[in-house]
Amino acid sequence: MISRRDFLQTSMAATAILGASAYGNWGRLAAQQALTQDQLLEFDTFGNVSLIHVTDIHGQLKPIFFREPEVNLGVGGNKGEVPHVTGADFRRLYGIDDGSPSHYALTYDDFTALAREYGRMGGLDRVATVVNAIRAARPDALLLDGGDTWHGSYTCHHTQGQDMVNVMNALKPDAMTFHWEFTLGSERMQEIVEGLPFAALGQNIFDAEWDEPAELFKPYKFFERGGVKIAVIGQAFPYMPIANPGWMFPEYSFGIRDQHMQQMVDEVREQGAGLVVLLSHNGFDVDKKMAAQVKGIDVILSGHTHDALPEPVLVGDTVIVASGSNGKFVSRVDLDVRDGRMMGFRHKLIPIFSDVIAPDAQMTALIDEQRAPYKDALAEVIGQTDSLLYRRGNFNGSWDDLICAALMSEREADIAMSPGVRWGPSLLPGQDITREDIFNVTSMSYGEAYRTEMTGDYIRIVLEDVGDNIFNPDPYYQQGGDMVRVGGLGYRIDISKPQGQRISDMTLLKTGEAIDPEKSYVVAGWASVNEGTEGPQIWDVVESHIRKQGTVSIEPNTSVKVAGA
Amino acid sequence: MNFTRRETLALGAAAMAVAALPLPALAKTTDELIAEFTGGADVADEGVELDAPEIAENGNTVPIEVAAEGASAIMVLAGGNPTPPVATFNFGPLAGASRAKTRIRLAGTQDVIAVAKLADGSFARTSKTVKVTIGGCGG
Repeated sequence: MISRRDFLQTSMAATAILGASAYGNWGRLAAQQALTQDQLLEFDTFGNVSLIHVTDIHGQLKPIFFREPEVNLGVGGNKGEVPHVTGADFRRLYGIDDGSPSHYALTYDDFTALAREYGRMGGLDRVATVVNAIRAARPDALLLDGGDTWHGSYTCHHTQGQDMVNVMNALKPDAMTFHWEFTLGSERMQEIVEGLPFAALGQNIFDAEWDEPAELFKPYKFFERGGVKIAVIGQAFPYMPIANPGWMFPEYSFGIRDQHMQQMVDEVREQGAGLVVLLSHNGFDVDKKMAAQVKGIDVILSGHTHDALPEPVLVGDTVIVASGSNGKFVSRVDLDVRDGRMMGFRHKLIPIFSDVIAPDAQMTALIDEQRAPYKDALAEVIGQTDSLLYRRGNFNGSWDDLICAALMSEREADIAMSPGVRWGPSLLPGQDITREDIFNVTSMSYGEAYRTEMTGDYIRIVLEDVGDNIFNPDPYYQQGGDMVRVGGLGYRIDISKPQGQRISDMTLLKTGEAIDPEKSYVVAGWASVNEGTEGPQIWDVVESHIRKQGTVSIEPNTSVKVAGA
Repeated sequence: MNFTRRETLALGAAAMAVAALPLPALAKTTDELIAEFTGGADVADEGVELDAPEIAENGNTVPIEVAAEGASAIMVLAGGNPTPPVATFNFGPLAGASRAKTRIRLAGTQDVIAVAKLADGSFARTSKTVKVTIGGCGG
């Protein structure tokens, strides 16, 4: 008799990995000729239940370029483990050929050349085509949205999320959980959630005053699919009031709350759940730990840290699926659930090559309708770029180098700080920079660019504090962003050290002098979590800077020395 | 075990005897306070539960919950505060459960410690690191 573990591992070997297909080397045909929609969607329907996972779309309705990180370091037990594997190592791990579509979709190197060959990715009209195709094969497939959906673009900002709500509602998800959505403010959040035609879930969304589950969000919802009672439990981003401005949603408290999670799993099992799915915005390493701590979760659909993995990761009997960000990927997971148990699964991370997957015409029309009132503002060309502009990476990205340069010159500061968020599409060398592009990397409801004085010692404390949010060896203490980006400042970080001992050799780049702990420096930054922050909006600061530059060029950033990796 | 809000509040009011601790001339260390509470007896690592957030949303009011089946008393210490003693919850024979929930103030990142005097007179402790941060930036 085959044990459950054996079965899972057998299925694992049968997991469809797109990257295993060979597409030759350099100089191959353009994407639309080498790849077909049928190939991308090919899937041998399996078992009796299908899950479709999208997450961290960050307002991206249209296809975009998005470069995956070069530097994504794991610490503690996650050192060297996926998703902390990048570039050629990632390709070797998954058997992905150099120069292949999967190389372009999943790794960072040769990005510009490959992007010119394979074109943009994502677009919710292409996602709609994929979702419809899966539903054609399995009409009762569950579509689950991991959150960070109603945030991240010009139109999303100006409609307070309504553009994304309208488009996602047309895609008909079955449930959703949340993160940046809360930065719309609790009043707007309530207005949208009360009108949602699907479940708004979060077992860790609590009433801050009473420390009890919040009424507006349910911990879980049951679905009957393929003869199986499926419980989908939601887990919102645990550190919302810390990583984002808590004053915008003071009624709510979050946290990991894994004991409460265990209670919820036990509760749904008692009510007859044959399959327990966790729709999570924890971040990948937190989900791995939660899978080990909480017993009885079959599948975790993982979001927040923007990792795209061509195979699920197994922790015990729990399958963890990571589906990338910005609309680049859709995950399909087919499951065989019998006698109240998951007997096996088949999975595919479907890359949304926008030149290969035909857009769904109705969805294209709906998307264009959302954008129509803002057409001219979106398309206005502010400047050009000579360099690849991207954001992802633990310590810096060229977009943030540009933002920091804008802050220092426009706000006359010695040092600039830019938050280590992981959203924001890339631009290729030679592309125009439009207003839409600037909003794609800066849009938020607390974008005021502050200018203040900080002592050298306080700057070090800030770096230590943020550093521990990323490099604390216990994932439950990690917040899932990247290191705060700095301009005008160099430093050394030893990621293997505890908080307070990671940062050293802080240098003011314009003079080459060591930072004096006692001395005050003028610091400009944005996205402060503090209430009452004053200053111009960051997108206006960046726009003004780019207009003056005309064409921007970003030199490679060597100001952060990393040790202990 | 599940309590409604009302039950928890009632339970807390009935069972809780929070000592308003006078400021000692010299703050005692957590080890000294534990030794005082246990009378120097051995302290086991299992038998008391402490629920606290990994990272505090607001260091000025951090919700915590302690529980130990059948315990007659549970002491809570915040080792990194200027005065580590937070509270000692005493549970009489009529207490429905040896469980208490409250909010505490933490001066900074530190271990919160709970030590319980169990029904058989033995002692158990547990601790949890609660981070108090200046705020970061989420993905």
